[in-house]
Amino acid sequence: MAAPLETASDPERLRRVAIEPVTRVEGHGKVTLLLDEANRVRQARFHIVEFRGFEKFVQGRPYWEVPVMVQRLCGICPVSHHLAGGKAVDMLAGATALTPTAEKMRRLLHFGQILQSHALHFFHLSSPDLLFGFDAPVERRSVFAVAAEFPDIAKKGILLRKYGQEVIRVTAGKRVHGSLVVPGGVNKRLSPQERDYLLADIDRTVEWSAEAVAIARRLYEEGRARHNGFAAFPSPLLSLVRDDGALDLYHGGLRARGADGATLFDHEDYATYWELLHEVVKPWSYMKFPFLRALGPDAGWYRVGPLARLWNCDFVPTPRAEAERRALLDFEGGATRAATLAYHWARMIEMLHAAEGIRALLADPDLLQGELVVKGERRYRGVGVIEAPRGTLIHHYRINEDDQIVRCNLIVSTTHNNEAMNEAVRRVAERYLDGRELTEGLLNHIEVAIRAYDPCLSCATHALGQMPLAVELRDATGAAVDRLTRDADGGVRRG
Amino acid sequence: MSGRTFTLDGQPVPFTEGETVMEAALAAGVYIPHLCYRPGYGHHGSCKVCTVAIDGHNAASCTTRAREGMAVETATPELADMRRALVEMLFVEGNHTCPACEKSGECELQAVAYHIGMAAPRFDFFFPARDLDASHPDVILDRNRCILCELCVRASRDVDGKNVFAIGGRGIRARLIVNAASGRLGDTDLAKDDAAVRVCPVGAILRKGDAYTKPVGQRTFDLRPIAAVAIEEARRERERRRG
Ligand code: SF4
Ligand code: FES
Repeated sequence: MAAPLETASDPERLRRVAIEPVTRVEGHGKVTLLLDEANRVRQARFHIVEFRGFEKFVQGRPYWEVPVMVQRLCGICPVSHHLAGGKAVDMLAGATALTPTAEKMRRLLHFGQILQSHALHFFHLSSPDLLFGFDAPVERRSVFAVAAEFPDIAKKGILLRKYGQEVIRVTAGKRVHGSLVVPGGVNKRLSPQERDYLLADIDRTVEWSAEAVAIARRLYEEGRARHNGFAAFPSPLLSLVRDDGALDLYHGGLRARGADGATLFDHEDYATYWELLHEVVKPWSYMKFPFLRALGPDAGWYRVGPLARLWNCDFVPTPRAEAERRALLDFEGGATRAATLAYHWARMIEMLHAAEGIRALLADPDLLQGELVVKGERRYRGVGVIEAPRGTLIHHYRINEDDQIVRCNLIVSTTHNNEAMNEAVRRVAERYLDGRELTEGLLNHIEVAIRAYDPCLSCATHALGQMPLAVELRDATGAAVDRLTRDADGGVRRG
Repeated sequence: MSGRTFTLDGQPVPFTEGETVMEAALAAGVYIPHLCYRPGYGHHGSCKVCTVAIDGHNAASCTTRAREGMAVETATPELADMRRALVEMLFVEGNHTCPACEKSGECELQAVAYHIGMAAPRFDFFFPARDLDASHPDVILDRNRCILCELCVRASRDVDGKNVFAIGGRGIRARLIVNAASGRLGDTDLAKDDAAVRVCPVGAILRKGDAYTKPVGQRTFDLRPIAAVAIEEARRERERRRG
């Protein structure tokens, strides 16, 4: 119990600085479906409560705090923010090229995060839908049911995630909210003992990741017609790629392809990302809608994340993941390009890439020796971009003479996918909405469509497999026609 | 050695004339939690975290001279709870976001809080509006984290011979001020190697460029608990004084 100890005469004017972003989206994901005069689904609006206080929160802080502070931004992928913020801060510190040790330590940390995040998403959140089918009753579509019926898969899922978390702990000092990044480098290298500790389980991690790809692929293939068609739509794609066009999750230039696969821009310097990407605000959403400037606000929305990356790059630079990427691309004449549910398959291919990448890095002596930090001439603007588990993540800062942050702009992966998620929900509703009444089946299908994008909302990862979700139906006049809510305990109620 | 002693939780503790209870206890290898005291920086007695019971009365051990035969208690549940309350108040009065703070793992406030078993504060947070002065080329002054221990005031005056810092205002409005007409740290004669910069027990005075360079697991209080660090520090100061 908190006791009042307030003695300030004007407490309401005090600035609040404590942030607990993890608690910020308790409650339900909310979807509104708008009908036209003929009762067809005209638009779907997925309301995301995005945490917006951060830009204000960092103002005035010394810039080197940013990589550590930003981890508080998101309880789901703190490491991604640590790295993207860190890259922005490198630029502020004038560090144009890191030492090999620093870059490889960061890449190792990043692969650890990709591995643990993708394993969590696939095994804990999505495998119930995928293994039991998304029409199965809610009680059955839970991670506990997976553990009971597929104990081997469940166990490997847990251990894969744990391995990723151990990579994070060893590189950043802690599983959550550690620190590795400092301006222009890192604060540690690996000891031989730490390297050997991670080496001990890496072979099985690679094998199990390959098995996970096989599971994802088999499940996709078994329901091929449905999976190809479910919430499927072509869209432009955006991601970083390496200079030679390879998949690179840590660094590269921006590449975008149009809905037809043609390259829109390539190897663009992300330091001036705003020349390529703009954001629009819509009155019904707190989250912005980014778009490719070249295509304009209506046609320029795009997708990011695992599927976008695998379709966007020219190859994956680790052999087994590359072979799996070919299979994904070749499947039924490229049908997966537009398929929302192919995200799961792509995610597992990336997990395999991360496992292979970790194995290659652990063999590299640069992790054990070499300089940690480079210094340069301080600059006033810093932009850092990485490919986070959920997609492109942009951090952008400006500082003043005294090294304090004066402005900050972030575009997180889920924001890039904002319109795509709305479109996915619209497609599902169009297909499964029967008349003017919402059904539990429709609710489940909407959930499955949203989950494929792995949006970073605590409600989306809430309650292991049961996203609390409210769907509302409005007619052409704007009047609410129906409303169906599923609570965190799985209970469904009308209204 | 005069061979004089007092008892601390029933155990005899030797002391020399003029020593405080705190000094004698640390010399005997007993840690009494403290924040505004630091060996070599004078006696101040403002934080009261070091409070002990002396013959039944509470007193700050860092400012009370040891006397022959006195009975001192420190490890009682009442004192433990009072210390926790005091440290909790320090946490709610300022803006201490340990997980993001660059002093984490090196901070005495955090280490003392761990030592005394503080969980979430029992009081509401104040969230005071305090400012950060980054005008100095080498040093940051972040008042959000200042606990007004005046160690920097003493260090600047007594060790550096400069008088850069003072406490201005009273009560809840008390704040650390600096000796420049502009009120900016960058306009004082503070230098980055001054004792006043090193002495801050929390993350209020920090050197630029040092942030997060020690990895988690290798920071001062990751390696040793504050009790051991404080006892060691007191030993070094005694040796220094003996020459
Ligand atoms: S700045 Fe540090 S040393 Fe100075 S009074 Fe505040 S807490 Fe104490
Ligand atoms: S240490 Fe004794 S009062 Fe602060």
